Amino acid sequence: MDTIFALASARGKAGVAVVRLSGPSAHAAVAELCALPSVRHAALRQLIWQGEVLDEALVLLFEAGASFTGECSAELQLHGSLAVVARVLRVLSGISGLRLAEAGEFTRRALENGRLDLAQVEGLADLINAETEAQRKQAMRVFSGALGRRVEAWRLHLVRAAALIEATIDFADEDVPFDVTPEVRDLIEKLLRQLRAELAGSRAAEQIRHGFEVAIVGAPNAGKSTLLNALAGREAAITSEIAGTTRDVIEVRMDIAGLAVTLLDTAGLRDSVDIVEKLGVERAVDRARSADLRVFLMQNTAEALMLQPEVGDIVILGKADIRTGSDNAVSGKTGVGIDWLIGEIALRLSDRAASAGLLIRERQRIAMEAAVVYLESAIGGMASAVALPELIALDLHRSMRVLETMTGRIDIENLLDEIFSSFCIGK
Amino acid sequence: MRLFHVKHFDVIVIGGGHAGAEAAAASARMGAQTALISLRKNGIGVMSCNPAIGGLGKGHLVREIDALDGIMAVAADRAAIQYRLLNRRKGPAVQGPRAQADRKLYRAAIIDFLMAEENLTIIEGEVTEVMQSRGRVTGVKLAESIELTSTAVVLTTGTFLNGIMHVGAEKQPGGRVGDRPSVRLAAQLDGFGLVRGRLKTGTPPRLDGDTIAWDQLEMQPGDDDPVVFSFMNKSPQVRQIACAITHTNEQTHDIVRSNLNLSAMYGGHIDGVGPRYCPSIEDKIVRFAEKASHQVFLEPEGLDDSTVYPNGISTSLPFNVQEAYVRSIKGLENVRITQPGYAIEYDYFDPRDLDLSLQVKSAPGLFLAGQINGTTGYEEAAAQGLLAGLNAAALAISKDAIQFSRTDSYIGVMVDDLTSRGVTEPYRMFTSRAEYRLTLRADNADQRLTPKGIELGCVRAAREQRYAQKHERLMAAADLLESKSFSPSELTKVGVGVSLDGTRRTAKAIMAFPDVLEGQIDRLVPEFSAFSAEIRKQTATDALYLQYSQRQNADITMLRREEAAEIPPNFAFTGLPGLSAELAAKLSRLRPANLAQAGRIEGMTPAALTLILAHLRKRRREALKSEV
Repeated sequence: MDTIFALASARGKAGVAVVRLSGPSAHAAVAELCALPSVRHAALRQLIWQGEVLDEALVLLFEAGASFTGECSAELQLHGSLAVVARVLRVLSGISGLRLAEAGEFTRRALENGRLDLAQVEGLADLINAETEAQRKQAMRVFSGALGRRVEAWRLHLVRAAALIEATIDFADEDVPFDVTPEVRDLIEKLLRQLRAELAGSRAAEQIRHGFEVAIVGAPNAGKSTLLNALAGREAAITSEIAGTTRDVIEVRMDIAGLAVTLLDTAGLRDSVDIVEKLGVERAVDRARSADLRVFLMQNTAEALMLQPEVGDIVILGKADIRTGSDNAVSGKTGVGIDWLIGEIALRLSDRAASAGLLIRERQRIAMEAAVVYLESAIGGMASAVALPELIALDLHRSMRVLETMTGRIDIENLLDEIFSSFCIGK
Repeated sequence: MRLFHVKHFDVIVIGGGHAGAEAAAASARMGAQTALISLRKNGIGVMSCNPAIGGLGKGHLVREIDALDGIMAVAADRAAIQYRLLNRRKGPAVQGPRAQADRKLYRAAIIDFLMAEENLTIIEGEVTEVMQSRGRVTGVKLAESIELTSTAVVLTTGTFLNGIMHVGAEKQPGGRVGDRPSVRLAAQLDGFGLVRGRLKTGTPPRLDGDTIAWDQLEMQPGDDDPVVFSFMNKSPQVRQIACAITHTNEQTHDIVRSNLNLSAMYGGHIDGVGPRYCPSIEDKIVRFAEKASHQVFLEPEGLDDSTVYPNGISTSLPFNVQEAYVRSIKGLENVRITQPGYAIEYDYFDPRDLDLSLQVKSAPGLFLAGQINGTTGYEEAAAQGLLAGLNAAALAISKDAIQFSRTDSYIGVMVDDLTSRGVTEPYRMFTSRAEYRLTLRADNADQRLTPKGIELGCVRAAREQRYAQKHERLMAAADLLESKSFSPSELTKVGVGVSLDGTRRTAKAIMAFPDVLEGQIDRLVPEFSAFSAEIRKQTATDALYLQYSQRQNADITMLRREEAAEIPPNFAFTGLPGLSAELAAKLSRLRPANLAQAGRIEGMTPAALTLILAHLRKRRREALKSEV
């Protein structure tokens, strides 16, 4: 049984953030960071990892049979900083036998150990929806653009490499070229290079920098850039009276209610013959779709844009300064409605904060790191004088399993398709 | 109508192919009064396609059948005329025993074993109807208006359901050359509301071996140290022979290519889907046009039979074209075709309508096994027959349903695949379908399954005893190796390379090193050489995969727990609060049998699984309450 961990409190800047661990190594893992307090007694401890102080935290241990999940578990009550939480989660993921919990997994263990009744679990309904929404967004983010192409390439490499190995195992007698190892090695090495490059880019304080994306969308000259500047409190986007000034996507990072938010100012949505502007509009639509939240800045209530608001999006009227008698209107110029809008953005984002963002990216990073370990093991296995294809295949399958969150499920049927289209199998 | 006074059977098995024979034998071993009904008694145990048993994945199934005291392995050992262990140069987990079998000897062996079963009656006749009363199967009706009653019926009709054979543009109803199709039964089965599909398969022309120029061909002998199928046997029982290999050439391909429009498959006469791993010569030439030559294995069909099965050139071309392309192949220039090749189309039932014991969900008491479920291959059929036979008997004598898991056997993998995903082409076993293949090996099938068989009551005394002895020796060997440990310098002395870290390692751990030699272990632990070759070999194999199987065990525990959470057939997914309508619709359509199957459905989330589990728990609690 794995020991799992996750941030148990809502994500965002707060007084306290609680990281929970559950499973047989929960106490041993905490012991790697600090001296263990006695069970059920809160104690203040410095968490130290390889000489580095991570945080000063309140540490609580629970015994098996007397915890939320019914398993041996622990709680680390950290300072509610995104940076501290990210660092602690990363340290925990590096401890052997520990892994990040799947959504709902603590509850599931509690249920399996008879610690929860159904009424409590039905509260999960919300989680399921949140999870689905987060996955949809995540998939979109991954599959649009450059990362999508990379993920697709990983998938192809993996399927091909595993299919080659499986073909030599399952069709020994038949017309399979005897030595597939050069191609397999080549594929794995390519994959390793790409995964390592992706990991290198995703490290450091990327998590915090990324945060949530909020896109401002609207027709040209609706006042999007002025609104962005007002929200950000500084001149980040160039504003002018000329429609179509913003052709690329402009990003401004700010802090809303303790959450890292990237505001996106996008090109005005209109059909254009100008190639550059057309590209800008396409990019605007793409980015806005994959953002966590969209603020639609409308010129009138009947306006139809190229992009439709989704459930939970904010739709407001712009240029309140030159408009009369409208409640739901803001003005970047005079600041009317800006505080209300910030409050509205904060409200909607914190609803989603529990399941989205950080943890998903963290999960991807952990998946990629695990895949690298398995692929390295596969390469090592191939180099060995007594290479056994079934062990190389096992490493490839394990790397597939961990990458599935990004590549989508790779099924045995995918491998068989590749085998049967590449080789004339059948005596 | 004439009335017959016949005794009631616990289980009636319809069909005497590989599934039927194994089902009848298994049911009888369980102590159920069993009848096997076949159109012709001499059709029982017939190998209608290639004269070989076993192979990769398939050899694993044969060993599993044997571990449960089935008849396929022991019959194959009586008939095997050439043994080859496939993948000898790869690890033991992916090695598969295979043998050429003498058709006549195989059929005779199967009949022998069936005749020896005391609870089994063989009946010759055509079943025209499966009788039902109040939603339960009650027996069968034969063509002569004879009724036989039973608690369970196992249907193993292979390709006989609406079978149509094609040779070029000619077609003829039938399940196999010389046999009638079961049209009336097929029409009656429509009443069960099962979803049908259509598949096809093909065979090559059969050749007269006396007209083959063997001396011009490359011969392929069997293994020097044959590995037999049954755990009860040690060595081959009949004379061993060699096969030959020849190749198609450009001329062969030209002949096939210029006559493609005459092929039943390419002439648009066939709608069924064929297996991609068993392509016809037409398929090979169209899909792999760049290949100038394909291998053809010439496999003798028996010791006193000159018929040869040319493996690799199945076809549905007209007879004269078959003759022309076969004679273009080296060594076959003057060959005589004794029976033309043909393609056969047949109906199968969507196996997603079955539960994990192969019982039809909508018709309690009716079990389906073999090709009728969309599979191909003798071994796949026999393994299903075994499972269906065990369960039909269990139902009749009021025992619990018998199930296998992906974690304990290839049988479990196959049944889970069939019932949860259905088939899109004839389903064949591959080792790559088994995610735990390092532990599901042909060599340890007895260790995995015989204890379960003993508990179920389908393993007889002789095997139980053999198993107990072997198990005791294996444990003794493992204990011995575990009890001896060595320092790095002791190891270096006998030539085992380890880092000089001062750590003592047990002999068992050392055995896991891939490059350690048997002799080195013997020098370290002289007592180990007292064990038999069989025990030494399996101990070494266990050690080789030890670290991998340990990593696998956590996954296996998880999967077993999910498999244990069964989802009743009437479980309402729609309206479950929190479950999206899309997911609920998907679950209602696919009807997973347990939580593990549900988890493999695309789009499933851990939280949604939790929700389902919670409701399963609630139902169980309520059921317990209402019992009290």
